[in-house]
Formats: sequence, C-alpha cells, structure tokens
Amino acid sequence: MASAFDYAPAPESRSVVDIAPSYGLFIDGEFTEAADGKVFKTVSPSSEEVLSEVARAGAEDVDRAVKAARRAFEKWSALPGSERAKYLFRIARIIQERSRELAVLETLDNGKPIRETRDADLPLVAAHFFYYAGWADKLDHAGYGANPRPLGVAGQIIPWNFPLLMLAWKIAPALATGNTVVLKPAETTPLSALFFADICRQAGLPRGVVNILTGYGDAGSALVEHPDVNKVAFTGSTAVGKAIARQIAGTDKKATLELGGKGANIVFDDAPVDQAVEGIVTGIFFNQGQVCCAGSRLLVQESVQDELLHSLKRRLSTLRLGDPLDKNTDIGAINSEEQLSRITALVESGEAEGAERWSAPCELPSAGYWFAPTLFTNVTQAHTVARDEIFGPVLSVLSFRTPDEAVAKANNTQYGLSAGIWTEKGSRILAVAGKLRAGVVWANTFNKFDPTSPFGGYKESGFGREGGRHGLEAYLDV
Amino acid sequence: MSDGRLSVFKTYKLYVGGKFPRSESGRVYEVTDSKGAWLGHAPQSSRKDARDAVVAARKAFGGWSGATAYNRGQILYRVAEMLEGRREQFVREVADAEGLSKSKAAAVVDAAIDRWVWYAGWTDKIGQIVGGANPVAGPFLNLSTPEPTGVVTVLAPQESSFLGLVSVIAPVIATGNTAVVIASADAPLPALSLGEVLATSDLPGGVVNILSGRTAELAVPLASHQDVNAIDLTGAGGDAELAKELETAAADNLKRVLRPSASRRPAKGEQGEKGADRPQPVDKADWSADPGTHRLTAFLETKTVWHPTGALGASGSSY
Repeated sequence: MASAFDYAPAPESRSVVDIAPSYGLFIDGEFTEAADGKVFKTVSPSSEEVLSEVARAGAEDVDRAVKAARRAFEKWSALPGSERAKYLFRIARIIQERSRELAVLETLDNGKPIRETRDADLPLVAAHFFYYAGWADKLDHAGYGANPRPLGVAGQIIPWNFPLLMLAWKIAPALATGNTVVLKPAETTPLSALFFADICRQAGLPRGVVNILTGYGDAGSALVEHPDVNKVAFTGSTAVGKAIARQIAGTDKKATLELGGKGANIVFDDAPVDQAVEGIVTGIFFNQGQVCCAGSRLLVQESVQDELLHSLKRRLSTLRLGDPLDKNTDIGAINSEEQLSRITALVESGEAEGAERWSAPCELPSAGYWFAPTLFTNVTQAHTVARDEIFGPVLSVLSFRTPDEAVAKANNTQYGLSAGIWTEKGSRILAVAGKLRAGVVWANTFNKFDPTSPFGGYKESGFGREGGRHGLEAYLDV
Repeated sequence: MSDGRLSVFKTYKLYVGGKFPRSESGRVYEVTDSKGAWLGHAPQSSRKDARDAVVAARKAFGGWSGATAYNRGQILYRVAEMLEGRREQFVREVADAEGLSKSKAAAVVDAAIDRWVWYAGWTDKIGQIVGGANPVAGPFLNLSTPEPTGVVTVLAPQESSFLGLVSVIAPVIATGNTAVVIASADAPLPALSLGEVLATSDLPGGVVNILSGRTAELAVPLASHQDVNAIDLTGAGGDAELAKELETAAADNLKRVLRPSASRRPAKGEQGEKGADRPQPVDKADWSADPGTHRLTAFLETKTVWHPTGALGASGSSY
C-alpha cells in the first residue's frame, strides 16, 4: 500500500548505552567468569551484530550462586521489612533514571521496537519494583497470617520475550518477601539482567541477595535440580514447564509456572470495528506476537467476518516493520534464528494443511530475523496453526455464530492463559468472561498489564499468579 | 441381633454419578475392624471405575461450578443436617473402622458434622477473601475472582476414615470443583456410607464420586488422566514413593498438586520454635484442628478481567 507521506528515519540514539565486550556471571556481588571458562555470544536479532560475549554458567556456577544466595538469606530475611522495602524503592528509582539506557539495550538485545521497550517494558519494570517494595513491610496484612515467612533461595528462569520485565516479575516479589534469588535469563537476551546486576550494586543491595547466571537450558535445569533451592519460578514453554514439574516431584520445592497460551480474541457482531481491529493488532502483533498471552486465535462472528477482515488487512498493511530503534517502527525483529525457523515451519504447516495465508506487503531487511505480519483464514480447529502456540506474528482466524459456540471454541485448547471479548453489550461480556477458562480476560481491550493485577494461567498454561497480593503467595511459606 | 432377630447386612457400593454401582470388575475385598473381625465387603474398584468417575465428575462440573455460592452453601449445610440424623450409624462405623471407643468415635463424627457446617459457610465468603478489585494505573476496571480448578482427584487420608475424609472433600466441592475420591483402603466403609448421605442432600450426582479399593491401583490412572485438573495426595502421605510417582504423572497435563507434606497446615497459635510450624507429616495430622483456608485455595484459579472505564466528558465534576 503506497503511503501519501513517507516517514523520515527517527532512530533512537545508541550512545546512551555502553555495552562492554564481555560480561561475567554475577555471583555474591561480583562479576566472575564461569568455572569452566565457557562463554557465548549475544547478537542483535535485527542486524546479527555481536553485542557482547557473556559467561556461560555450568552446574558448578549454579552451586556457587545458590550457596551465595543461601549465605545471604539469613540476614536478608531478618531485615525489617521496611529496610528491604527501601532497597527495592532504590532499585525502582534507579531503573526509572536509567530507563532510556535500558530501553535501548533491551531493543538491541531482543529486537523489539523502542516504542515498546520505552513505553511498555521499562515503565512496567519500575512500577513492579515500586509495587512490591511497598509490600515488604506490610506482609502481616496480606492475608497469609501473621509474620508469613519467606521460602529461602528462589531459582528463577525467565524467557527472552520481555527480559527485564520478567526479571522484575520474578525478583521484586521474591525480595520483598525476604527470599534471595538466583536468576537465569534466556540465552538470547542476557544483557539487561547483567545491567540489572549493576543496578543492584548501585543500590547497595547486600552481596548474594541477587545472583545472575547467564547460560542455557542446562544451567536452568541444574538450578531447578539443586537441593538447596526452595522455590522454582519459571516463565517459558509448556514443554519445559512440564519437565520442571516432573523434576521437582517428591521434593518440598514450591513452584510457579507461567507457560504457553493460545488466546482467543472474540469479536461479536456489535463490536465497533475500528476499536476491535486495533485490539486484534495489539493482541497478536505486540512484540511480534512473541507473547505467551497473545490473542493468536481470532474468533469473529460470521456476520461481520468479511468487513472485519477487510479492515484488519488494511490496518496491517500500514504497520511499519524495520529498525527496532526507529521510533516509528511497529514491528521489530524476531528474537532469534531458531524462533524464526519455528515460526516459518508452523506457517508452512498451516499452508500445507489447507489454511489460506495472507501476509502484509512489507519489505524485510536483508540482515537479521524478520517475519511479516501474517494471518490465516479458512482455519479449522483441527489445524496446527489453530492449536499450537506459534509465538510469532501469525493470527489464525476462525468464525462462530452464537456466543455458546464462541465459548466452546475459545476453550477448545489445552492452554488457558488469556482471552479477549469485543462487544458493546455489558451482560454478554460478563457472561462470556465467566465461561472462559483463562486466567486473564480483556474485554474491549487487550494486552494490558499492571503490577497490581494478578497474571497467570489455567490448565496447561501453568499455575500460580504473578502480580498483586496474589503474587506474594508464590514466595511465602503458606 | 437382639431378640433373636437376624439383622440385615448392607451391601456396600460405590457412589458414582449419583448412583450406587458395584465395581465393573465385580471384585470386592474384605474389610475388617481393628481387631480383625469381618465387617463387610467393599468394592475393589478398577481403573475403569476410576475413568467412569471422572466422566461423571466432568459432567457435573458445569452445573455445580455455575451454581450460586449461596446454593452450594445450602447444600453443604444440608449434608450436615443429614449426617446429624444418621449420627449413631456413623459413630458405630467409625468406632469399628478406627478402633475407637464409642465416645471417641462420637467426638470424631461430631467434628465431621461441624466441618460441613464450617465449609458451608465458606462458599459465599472465599471469593471476597481471595478476590477483589485491583487498583491498576489506568482507566480500567480490573477484577480478580477465584474460580474452581475443575475435576479434583482426592486421595482421602488412610487413618482418619471419616473426619479426615470429610475434611478433604468438603473444601474441594465448596468452591465448585467436583471430586473423585479414593477412600481409605483399609477403612472404606464410612466413606461408602457417606455417599448415601450425599445422595440425599440435594448434592447433584457426580459432584462427589467415591471409590473404594487399592489406593495405588486407582490413583495412578487418575494422576495421569488428561481430564483431571488437580490431585490431592493426602492419602499417599505414608508412601513417599507413590506420592512422587503420582506427582510426576500429574505433570503431564500440569495438574495442580496438593502434596502430602503441605496437606496439613498448623492452626493459629501453633507457631513455636523456628521450623515448628512447618507442615506436619500427614499421618500425624490432627484433623480436629482449625482447618484454615488452604484446602479451599489449593483448588482455585484466579481469573482477572479488565474493562476500560471510559470517561464522562471533559469537566468530570458535574456529578
């Protein structure tokens, strides 16, 4: 689609962030090499440029980090809550102060548009620390009895789609409740967690309270397995979540798992089309669709399907894909080559199974990992693209006639993380929201997050909640 | 058998889908009292019986979870009323099953009746305790509400055949879950009799399904059953290997697992030395203690619903 006005490039400056050529593991308040000296490179997915070389943690490093966290636990958990709170408030403030730097860093390492890291990720990260900071000296009033106790050492494993935000979701409640942590960021996005380690030092956080281990799945598995870890918090794929649940069976380790999804976004015939289209776009193309709660299945009432799809395709044609650091960019890079091949394979299976593919007409940059916004029509519930989590900018469109059918189709998945409802009728919103087996339901909006709002899944989307008063329970011995 | 009259024995049967079937396998096993005297035959359920019970529990879930909390409370209270009327029978059965004196058994039965009353009162209160409006930083109404997890497999305690049993069933169904219950293997008769009480308490068929038999034989297929959403391992408390096997199988569809070690929390005032308020081993569980709310919350999901609040024009001060 030809546009009347071309955008001039408006790149955010890279000069606000200084990435060192190499980073170590952050254990007991010090950066240190891996015991076996292993390292790996982290690249910018939009250019394939090597950003830095970071230490790759092995089992020995996991043991060192857990021991450091254990040593730190006694004093940290014995601190008055009001003192723990002040450390968290400090961290929140420093994140605010350094938010532009962190936003640029996150965009470089992850590939997501600066508009998102600047306007969504970073404000939410700071807000999350502020929120849980305030809980640290109010735990007696949280509804878990008098003087609820922390669990001990928390092993936390986070994904690459919102690296710093997921770190905040994990670390803020853990520290507020008096636990110490060993956190492993994803191997494709290690940098913001290492910058966070620096923030912990700036805040004067006692040594060993937060330990950061960059590495791969083997380090994550060793962390889950470590006998002195009391709590496992994981965000990632359902397959790994199940493996973790098996690994900790028969132990006293407490777990929260935030896993995959195949969210249904239900549009009724009375919904305002333009608002619904914006909501659908937010639902599946936010962060290139690499969102566990993405609205990856569009369920549209048959009578408005043609009109809605027409508007949706027109809107998708205006999305700007390209340099994630450009402030006008809507769609950034896919996080890794591996993820790009997974998306590509699933889209090919969609075509092979007979669904009809449409991709937005946009030019893909020559370097980096890119996938054009794509939707499938003529999709049945049996199609792979309607069942499997694609974790990319790919929307599957199904239709329905009655609210009952919409609910049945929405619930026809092993997942249960999110859902959306678009209608002007209040009673229908409440009736449908009540029947959806999903942990978060967005009505006439989508992909909204807030530190006060509990987030987490039903069924195979995992268990436990993050955020709000509910999020404390995961880190308390209750 | 006084006055030379021959008493009428009861054929103990399962309670599945509101009906009283025998095991499809045709198997029974002998149940004896603590001194080894014969009490009766209990059905030895098969894995097919377990699967049938899941089908019944799933079928009942929509209606029971959709019932009003007030209605569920009324029905749980009705269970207490029905039990009160059959108090003597249960005192006798519990005394036989657990080797208790009549007075101790009576105390146990009274506590069990009171437990139904306790949970009857919780049905329309737990939602306000664990849910509520969240003050999000934006123009949205944001509500978190607890919802039942679904079909819950319950391994009832092996020792406490009645008070323990009631203490694990009532919280599961109070919040709208439906249950497949594996009764104490050696002392299943109070559980099978409880089915008769539930059937006459307006509890819809299938909300509670009671199986007797060998615990592991029933628990293993239920732990790996893809249409079961959660499992309470209390009755595997004395068998760490079995508990681990069940928890591992439960991971296949990410069932919510209530571990034996977590199945008995201390009541208020029990906190003492560091570590003293850790969960107690289940075989030492004191089922007469204040049950708290953890058995209610173990099988609840939190659903959070967002909706924009909009705005009423620019001034905002006219009302």
